[in-house]
Amino acid sequence: MAECHPVGFQWVMEARLRGAKVFHIDPRFSRTSAVADRYLPIRAGSDIVLLGALINHVLSNELYFREYVLAYTNAATLVSKRFQDTEDLDGLFSGFDPESHRYDPSSWAYEGDEESEAETDEMREGGGQHAEAAGSDSYGARGAGASARPPSDPTLRHPRCVLQILKRHFARYTPEMVAELCGIPPEDFAELAEAITANSGRERTTAWVYSVGWTQHSVGAQYIRASAILQLLLGNMGRPGGGIMALRGHASIQGSTDIPTLFNLLPGYIAMPHAHRHEDLAHYLEMEGADTGYWGNRRSYLVSLLKSWWGDAATEDNDFCFGYLPRLTGDHGHYATVMGQIDGTVKGYFVIGENPAVGSANGKAQRLGLANLEWLVVRDLTLVETATFWKDGPELETGELRTGDIATEVFFLPAASHVEKEGTFTNTQRLLQWREKALDPPGECRSDLWFYYHLGKRIRRRLGDDEIDRPAIELTWDYPEEGEHREPSAEAVLREINGTGPDGRALSSYRELAPDGSTRCGCWIYCGVYADEVNQAARREPGSRQSWVAPEWGWAWPANRRILYNRASADPEGRPWSERKAYIWWDAEKGEWTGHDVPDFDLRKPPDYEPPDGARAEAALAGTDPFIMQSDGKGWLYVPSGLSDGPLPTHYEPHESPVLNTLYARQSNPARRTYDRPENPYNPPGSARFPYVFTTSRLTEHHTAGAMSRSLAYLAELQPELFCEVSPQLAAEVGLVNGGWATIVTSRTAIEARVLVTDRVRPLRVQRQIIHQVVMPYHWGYGGGGLVTGDIVNDLLPVVLDPNVYIQESKACTCAVLPGRRPRGQALLDLIEEYRHG
Amino acid sequence: MRAGRGGDPAATVPEAEFRSYYGQPVLKPPVWHEPHMPVYLYLGGLSGASSVVAAVARFSGHDRLALAARMTAFAGAGLGSGFLIAELGRPERFLNMLRVFKVTSPMSVGSWTLAVHGGLTAAGAASAVTGLLPLAGDAAVMASALTGPVMATYTGVLLADTAVPAWHAARREMPFLFAGSALASAGAAGMLTTPRAEAAPARVAAALGAVMETTAAAIIERRLGLEGEPYLRGRAGLLMKASRALTLGGGLLATVAGRSRTLTAMSGLAITAGALCTRFGMLAAGKASALDPKYTVVPQRDRAAGRRLAVVPDQEGGSDTP
Amino acid sequence: MAERMGFFTDSSVCIGCKACEVACKEWNGVPDDGFVFRATSYDNTGQLGADTWRHVAFIEQDDRWLMSSDVCKHCTHAACLDVCPTGALFRTEFDTVVVQADICNGCGYCVPACPYGVIDRRERDGRAWKCTMCYDRQLGGLEPACAKACPTDSIQFGPLDELRARAEARLERLHADGVAEARLYGDSPGDGVGGTGAFFLLLDEPEIYGLPPDPVVTTRDLPEMWWWAGGAAVTLVGAVAACFLGSRR
Repeated sequence: MAECHPVGFQWVMEARLRGAKVFHIDPRFSRTSAVADRYLPIRAGSDIVLLGALINHVLSNELYFREYVLAYTNAATLVSKRFQDTEDLDGLFSGFDPESHRYDPSSWAYEGDEESEAETDEMREGGGQHAEAAGSDSYGARGAGASARPPSDPTLRHPRCVLQILKRHFARYTPEMVAELCGIPPEDFAELAEAITANSGRERTTAWVYSVGWTQHSVGAQYIRASAILQLLLGNMGRPGGGIMALRGHASIQGSTDIPTLFNLLPGYIAMPHAHRHEDLAHYLEMEGADTGYWGNRRSYLVSLLKSWWGDAATEDNDFCFGYLPRLTGDHGHYATVMGQIDGTVKGYFVIGENPAVGSANGKAQRLGLANLEWLVVRDLTLVETATFWKDGPELETGELRTGDIATEVFFLPAASHVEKEGTFTNTQRLLQWREKALDPPGECRSDLWFYYHLGKRIRRRLGDDEIDRPAIELTWDYPEEGEHREPSAEAVLREINGTGPDGRALSSYRELAPDGSTRCGCWIYCGVYADEVNQAARREPGSRQSWVAPEWGWAWPANRRILYNRASADPEGRPWSERKAYIWWDAEKGEWTGHDVPDFDLRKPPDYEPPDGARAEAALAGTDPFIMQSDGKGWLYVPSGLSDGPLPTHYEPHESPVLNTLYARQSNPARRTYDRPENPYNPPGSARFPYVFTTSRLTEHHTAGAMSRSLAYLAELQPELFCEVSPQLAAEVGLVNGGWATIVTSRTAIEARVLVTDRVRPLRVQRQIIHQVVMPYHWGYGGGGLVTGDIVNDLLPVVLDPNVYIQESKACTCAVLPGRRPRGQALLDLIEEYRHG
Repeated sequence: MRAGRGGDPAATVPEAEFRSYYGQPVLKPPVWHEPHMPVYLYLGGLSGASSVVAAVARFSGHDRLALAARMTAFAGAGLGSGFLIAELGRPERFLNMLRVFKVTSPMSVGSWTLAVHGGLTAAGAASAVTGLLPLAGDAAVMASALTGPVMATYTGVLLADTAVPAWHAARREMPFLFAGSALASAGAAGMLTTPRAEAAPARVAAALGAVMETTAAAIIERRLGLEGEPYLRGRAGLLMKASRALTLGGGLLATVAGRSRTLTAMSGLAITAGALCTRFGMLAAGKASALDPKYTVVPQRDRAAGRRLAVVPDQEGGSDTP
Repeated sequence: MAERMGFFTDSSVCIGCKACEVACKEWNGVPDDGFVFRATSYDNTGQLGADTWRHVAFIEQDDRWLMSSDVCKHCTHAACLDVCPTGALFRTEFDTVVVQADICNGCGYCVPACPYGVIDRRERDGRAWKCTMCYDRQLGGLEPACAKACPTDSIQFGPLDELRARAEARLERLHADGVAEARLYGDSPGDGVGGTGAFFLLLDEPEIYGLPPDPVVTTRDLPEMWWWAGGAAVTLVGAVAACFLGSRR
């Protein structure tokens, strides 16, 4: 965090000054480790073993926050008789189809829910094949297929209650396994386990912070799930000082998830409709999600979105233009797109503020895809490698591509930087902060808003009366334009996102959204950011002039709540768990929830509220159900539906790993996505030719693929060359010299880097052998307007994906290391062949 | 990767244990260039001592020697100024040297001295060449006999008044070293530019200067210990050894140089070469001393340790020497 | 003269982000100093110089990774200022030491005079450069760029007296927490330079960070030096006179 988020890390440093103890668990000893109280090196790709052992420690020693767990989680809920755990099937959950490598999750349901899931073929499709269209992601947000009041056992003794399943599932995650698979000695594990359990409960809370070191794995989503289970068991969710903080990789990545650049989501985490599964609006709403919990209001959210997009053209009679929405036909994620390019099924490509030729896994596949397009549009601040691959890509040197043979027409459009345009950044805390324009963009550089708006206008001018053109013609596309370049007003866009009521005035809360088309809202969770016709994101009240929660700095979605699910900060009766951790509580006199933050709960729903039969949406949740987005209002220790690779986190080795999975017979995530293609060869499993673990990282001095930092002298001089960090032991084993050169080889390619021999990288004792890890930052490329250049680290990576969110496994693979610089041209290809086939 | 322990196994003094930042220097080495600065130091000294010689010779009746020394003093100051100006990062701002007078800055004292001395020697030389205003010319020479010794010795302070360990530690001897070398140089110049018959005082000056310079150098080497090491090692060591041989040899020859032109030439040139070697050697030693953190760290650590051990509080900030 | 302003750099909370280096260069328009991989941990800057007015040192030890942002010390007794022959270096109303670029003639004398190896001559323009403690920003009531950019308050700017008190408290706290090796550097008015305007909290010996362990302003010994020079000058005159003894015409 200090390394990649130094500005945010100031709060960690402040917490330390106030007595917080900071553990840093990372394969790499980074700047964060330097200032942490305790650094624990871990083998890349083994975190679920560690987290699972912590869960086991909490469960088997009865250290969980019993009152919290019983009241606020699904620990007591009974699971279907049909469910079989990895304990029963040696590493598989029930429902696995070995041919398609996919799960039918229907047997994971709560007791009583499984029949309804299996009722119709159609519904089964929604279960067994939902992963086809990444439906799992949207299901996950929604909690489909779970009842509001499933059967439960409050004594927590029933063998099929979630807590007992958890106990059995995690029983094999022991400190010994942690030592064997993570390389963390039992005494270090004990210190960590003692620290987090001692620091959790009524009086204290513990927070976890993670970044792409957890997500970029073939089982990445389950890393986060494991952390969520631990935090729920310890009562650290919805409370001040608790939670799980996801550090994002760029400014406003959170914002581009909320108003998504993801293919399978509409704004506000509404699932993108599927071409074959969903017929009309009613059918879509019926299938996509539960009727209880806040997702029970999804019709209001979606209809308001459709009204926002198509305005008066959207009416009750035409399903509010639901039919105009694009539909999914399958996986349209980044890597599926790249493979489509290579196969010739994807002809055109917009690359906006991204540099896949350097930033994505298996750069060669990326560039082969780019070379096989008809047209390519790149918008960026500098000429990034993605725009210049045809003249300076590494494949030209090896002869795999020839400039003359590449028919891709490349359009490079210079973009305005963040200081040259106004708008919001949404940070990981869901905080929207408005940013003023500091200066005009130079020359022909334009904002992305300008680009899309004027592109849309030009396209609309060319459209005719054809039925197929109507979605674009009828789209509301009328922002006020400002200045000589006719820049659309970003504030008008923010106001549109906020939404308006029947009177045309800005709405102040998503609770005002109506299912009948009388309200418009571009993103329901952002509703209120323009409340009272004021840009709430632009608020800058200094911390010294407001409460410690600082509600008047920017605006946090939803409804300016700073901590989600904060009902959980009070006990079931509505009293703070402790004075020290008081945050939100029930004021019986006033008959409403109050506290330091905006309550994330129905303001007037008393703690003793019991939902009547047949209640819908929030009314179906009790006064003790803080997790209001879930269909049962509970924190899910066990996930009955929504995940593609199992209801509980399970340790699987990375696709490329030098060690055996000694926990189960299954080596790797059985549901992971692989691309067995010539462009994407994998290191042979257990190959002695690739004995080392290799993980990628970032440096404070650079940003992502380097286009924004390698082009700036003041940053480039601070880290001028690509380097690899190796331990003195590995350096001695391979013959590397500090300051010299090393060549790192995988089945994809070989790259060269300067050598930094350092004690910070520690060889780990794993399964009675020494595992060496090589750490490399990935900021270099062959051009990109950079003052400094270097080989592309991501070229080493294979494309193997997490089945839930299709993230690539960049944080753990295997490699070979050679002293000296890499060979050039054909000799490089020969070297790879030699290593691939021995 | 580690900030390591330094040292050369072939060291002549017991190896110093110390730590540093990747062996990097703590100090910045002097930025002065070769040949500019050493040649200026030589010429300044030559001019300074020559002006004293010129004055004494003038009023003791050694007119040929007086004229030669007067012209040498002028030439040394003139040429030296040229080298000094060329050494500046912004030569066009040479006159900024005369914006202020600061006794805390030997460079300032030197600049003013050079300006005055240069003017006086120029006046003296002009008078001699043109035959005009002979009294004023003599007065200028007399006056330059006052600026001359400053010219010849301030350079010792110039080098010593720095953080460079080898220089600062030699602050007592350095003026004598420069004075001796200047005297030898002036003597050598006098020998080379005056008929032998009239050059006896110049030969004595050369020999005396050589002895003075060599003595000062020997004391520096003996007294300084670790901080004196740079004068013995590497390029600086070679230059200082050459200087000693040439200066002593030239000085010895000077005692017999009255016998022949060849001996005179050999002696004068040897002493001149020796004086130049001294200046180049001093600069080289200074740079080497600043570039090796050992010479900064070890004496300072010893000093700090001594202070910690000391009972008497007023020993705080004591001597630099180990 | 206004209150003496200074820097307190607390290396115990430095995260080595180098924001100080970048902010300094941005504000002061200092040129880059080349793109060289030094293989000295994460330090590719090396040391302070004409083109580097803030420098973050990285020191790898067995279980520690020390980082500290170095800067001009703005000494109470500043050798660079003392020895500057042109008056280009001057003491500001904030009691800081600043080079006036339009006066400096690049004599280079300040360079070896500095006991910390801070100031240096930029060969490109022939002048001496170093940290000004953002004199221009201070005149405008702003804190220096490095302190402004520092995310963890490792670099603190303020009245020197306040900073010294704060540093003492911080040191006590660290000692109480068992960080026995923590020490202040440059805080004492009794040291060889009379205390520094920019002082530090270090976690090891100063020389580990590339700092001199016991610096002394060279001009402290200057009176002595002038006396010795005077002696040498008199000796010279005497020696010359002696040369003519006995050969009087």
